[in-house]
Amino acid sequence: MDGVVEMCIAIPGRVVEVDYPFAIVDFKGTKRKVRVDLLDDLKEGDWVLVHVGIAIQKVDEEEAKRTVKLLEQIGLG
Amino acid sequence: MLKLRDRRRTIKSLSEELRRLMQGGGEVTVMHLCGTHEDTISRYNLRSLLPENLKVVSGPGCPVCITPDEDLQRAFHLLEKEKVTLTTFGDMARVPFEGRSFFYYKSKGYDVRIVYSVFDALEIAKESDKPVVFFAIGFETTMPSTALAVLDGVENFYVLSAHRYFIPAMEHLLSFEDVRIDGFICPGHVSTIVGVKAYEHIKVPQVIAGFEPEDVLLALCMLVKAIKNGEVCLMNEYTRAVKYEGNLKAQRVMEEVFGRDDWEWRGLGVVKNSGAPLNKKYEDFDALKVFEDSFKDFEPKEDRRKRLCRCGEVLRGVITPLDCPLFMKACTPKNPIGACMVSFEGTCNIWAKYWRC
Ligand code: SF4
Repeated sequence: MDGVVEMCIAIPGRVVEVDYPFAIVDFKGTKRKVRVDLLDDLKEGDWVLVHVGIAIQKVDEEEAKRTVKLLEQIGLG
Repeated sequence: MLKLRDRRRTIKSLSEELRRLMQGGGEVTVMHLCGTHEDTISRYNLRSLLPENLKVVSGPGCPVCITPDEDLQRAFHLLEKEKVTLTTFGDMARVPFEGRSFFYYKSKGYDVRIVYSVFDALEIAKESDKPVVFFAIGFETTMPSTALAVLDGVENFYVLSAHRYFIPAMEHLLSFEDVRIDGFICPGHVSTIVGVKAYEHIKVPQVIAGFEPEDVLLALCMLVKAIKNGEVCLMNEYTRAVKYEGNLKAQRVMEEVFGRDDWEWRGLGVVKNSGAPLNKKYEDFDALKVFEDSFKDFEPKEDRRKRLCRCGEVLRGVITPLDCPLFMKACTPKNPIGACMVSFEGTCNIWAKYWRC
């Protein structure tokens, strides 16, 4: 990877294939190999936050849906 | 990740709710602590939606920006003295000291490589006979990756640690007389690692927030309610990524490899227990130890070109970039003077990008 990369951000991506300590993660169509050894029991289809080449946390889809629901209720109010 | 059916309406309702909450009240100042939050706030122009008596200021949430010149000079010193391959993140490579940066050294033929992650540096080391030094910056979000790289135990791979723990800086911020903080928006990515529990001892209202504009506004609503009711509570809006315990495995590797020391931050001075030197057990990978002799004559200097730069005050949230006389005059993203204009997470750089004047 060349040029200047923003180091502080973490980007969500979907796990395509797991092969500890690595996994292939899909970021909106761009697939990359990242380290995943900070997360246990990762499965294909899980969402993860990736920061400087390593997955730092799973994104909980149920919780994400709950937040969306809450926000949508506010939007209707 | 958030797929809202109607983002505009939600944002409007949230800003109306904030107005309602703040109506007739005194002034409230909230500090956020993450460059990505500043990016969301500036990109969506959220400040224009806030009631007048609610101020959201930007704190020391950019790791590149808070890394003091001394650390930078130490890395330059090593480059000049030893035949090493120096690896670092791209943002860091552009920060100038007396007009010199890692990119300057690269252009002069020094072996400087820009990496996306510490694991790229590790790969370089595996294929090289030269010592490969990783100039490591970043908070708890980034430290576990450096720790894992050290634990991989590649012989010619060394870390020059400029890592800093973020939580001590929050307590430190509360000790400044010129800094007003009624509540914190805690850094979302740091929180994924340290968890909600890491903030419990800090005695101001706090909320952990995600990075969509509606996350930030919802978090502000939660925070303003608590401030108004005089509750010193800690809330989590970013439940989809931040757990109470955080990432325990990441915490374990971080503690295994790094110790704690009192280190200086740009803008904040010395922050107790915020420095992350390598533990003695890993001194074979510690550039400071391995190249000890080269550092004997190291003496940090002041950069006179930065005399007028007000990064320190920007990092404490005391001023905005607009208060700096150099902003978009002598100091621009193309020709940055201070670190806050270099990094994509720096407040001056972000304000320059979305400048609406
Ligand atoms: S605009 Fe430039 S000179 Fe002014 S505080 Fe920001 S980085 Fe420093």
